[in-house]
Amino acid sequence: MGAERTAVIGVGQTKYAAARRDVSIAGLLREAAYRALEMAERTWSDVDAVIIGKAPDFFEGVMMPEVYLAEALGAVGKPIMRVHTAGSVGGSTACVAASMVQSRVHRCVLTIGWEKQSESNAMWALSLPQPFATSVNAGAGGYFSPIIRRYMMMTGAPELIGCMVAHKDRRQALLNPYAHLHQHDLTFEQVVDSPMLWDPIRYSETCPSSDGACAMVLVDEASGDAHDGPVAWVHGTAMRSESNNYGGRNMVSPAASEQCADDVFAQAGIVDRRAEIDAVEMYVPFSWYEPMWLESLGFASVGEGWRMVESGATALDGGDLPVNCSGGVLSSNPIGASGMIRFAEAALQVMGAAGDRQVDGARRAMGHAYGGGAQYFAMWIVGSGKP
Amino acid sequence: MSADRPEARDPLAAPAALSAPVTLPEALAGAEPVESVCTPIRMAYTYTPGRALSRYLRAMADKRILGERCGATGQVFVPPRGVSPLAGAATSEVVELADTGYVESFNITRVPIERRPDLKPPYCSAWIVLDGASVGFLGLVINLAPEEVRIGMRVRAVWKPDEELETSAANILGWEPTGEPDEVITDYERIGRIEASDP
Repeated sequence: MGAERTAVIGVGQTKYAAARRDVSIAGLLREAAYRALEMAERTWSDVDAVIIGKAPDFFEGVMMPEVYLAEALGAVGKPIMRVHTAGSVGGSTACVAASMVQSRVHRCVLTIGWEKQSESNAMWALSLPQPFATSVNAGAGGYFSPIIRRYMMMTGAPELIGCMVAHKDRRQALLNPYAHLHQHDLTFEQVVDSPMLWDPIRYSETCPSSDGACAMVLVDEASGDAHDGPVAWVHGTAMRSESNNYGGRNMVSPAASEQCADDVFAQAGIVDRRAEIDAVEMYVPFSWYEPMWLESLGFASVGEGWRMVESGATALDGGDLPVNCSGGVLSSNPIGASGMIRFAEAALQVMGAAGDRQVDGARRAMGHAYGGGAQYFAMWIVGSGKP
Repeated sequence: MSADRPEARDPLAAPAALSAPVTLPEALAGAEPVESVCTPIRMAYTYTPGRALSRYLRAMADKRILGERCGATGQVFVPPRGVSPLAGAATSEVVELADTGYVESFNITRVPIERRPDLKPPYCSAWIVLDGASVGFLGLVINLAPEEVRIGMRVRAVWKPDEELETSAANILGWEPTGEPDEVITDYERIGRIEASDP
């Protein structure tokens, strides 16, 4: 007996913003969950279990928030499970939620990821001193900057490729009403001229700090068949992790990333990755990660990812592999939700429900997330038809 | 599709069920709503370094850098955490490393960081591969303008004055260029997949 075929029938997102002072943490989550149930044409009582994910508790200082959030999510008396895999958590949470249906443990699962960065200080929380090492890193940007520099040196990529990615994603964010940043008049020159923060990463090549939550409703095959609204079928899910500190580690394209991609594409029966995938929602918190992940995920050969960016292949307008039509993490970053947003936006694409950011006729889409020191990975592929 | 499908509605409008009006008692009429309160928390940790890091930190007080070698893979880790991630095994040999190496890659921070007000931007942090080590070691590149730092540049440790030495990695103030020829970096090509080890 194979796995139960699993369908996404509801996606709910909050408006992403620097500070959602109009709602508490619980109110923020309830908004996304409610919208997902509304799209799914389900009520709280239809949900068998809630799978919730967020980044470290240290950010908001609320320990085990899933316990206090159970009431707001209609989970009293039901199983609730917390997932935590650093920045990739939104993706991992969706994978775990899918596994609950695939394994026939539950028939209808509500899954949700969130962060309220206005109530936290992520840079502080990510720069804790360790007694055995020198405390010199400035948050995530300080960590990823040397890896990006390494990619630039290895491939000889032109210096402004990262700016091209940032400008593309911020333009595409204008098509997404939920996106945090709507910079209507942002020019490429302004991206290039923005200040260097963690050289070679500029201010405009960096993700914002956002409040927000994203939820999905996943159901079994019979429920997916019976649903008269749009449906996205899960064609594959994969998670991998590795140590970020072993000899010979390829920090630009970690082995765990490549193996995770191999697994998820194999599950979906995809051979020619670039030709068979219609849209990618990729975790790109710093612009250069788009060409880096294009290579690591096998959409481009080694050293060629930046050429895809340069040629416009990853733009919604005219590209053959549109990446981050939603504006991506570069335009909205509620950390614990950011991975789930990627997975949910991939689902919206194959549902044909992505509004102005829709890729025409998208049949198969990929959601991707990474976290920690580029060491935790979660990916899924969803399709408009059954696997 | 019918007009009342969710995607046909304003996606940003607050769900009606979540925005029901709340009636306030008269005593609170006109009161300014509290949107957030700041409640600082503090945590102090007692850190137990374990055997490998204890040896490493004690050696630091003598201006020596100790790594540990994995018997299965031969890889040398510094700072040593007592384990070899790929082998999933304890490291089995203490190795004294030179306080010289080369820059694997680096970052130039141009914004101040809260925790190190003493570090004036721009400053250069780098992964230093010590001679004989298999992994990078985080430190500052000093006594050189950040713009002059190169991947492959040879560097040596600059230690605190002897009377200020502690059992701490902070004994290394930073890394300065040795003036030797740059390390030739040969791993531009993909290093090759590392297969999961047998448990």
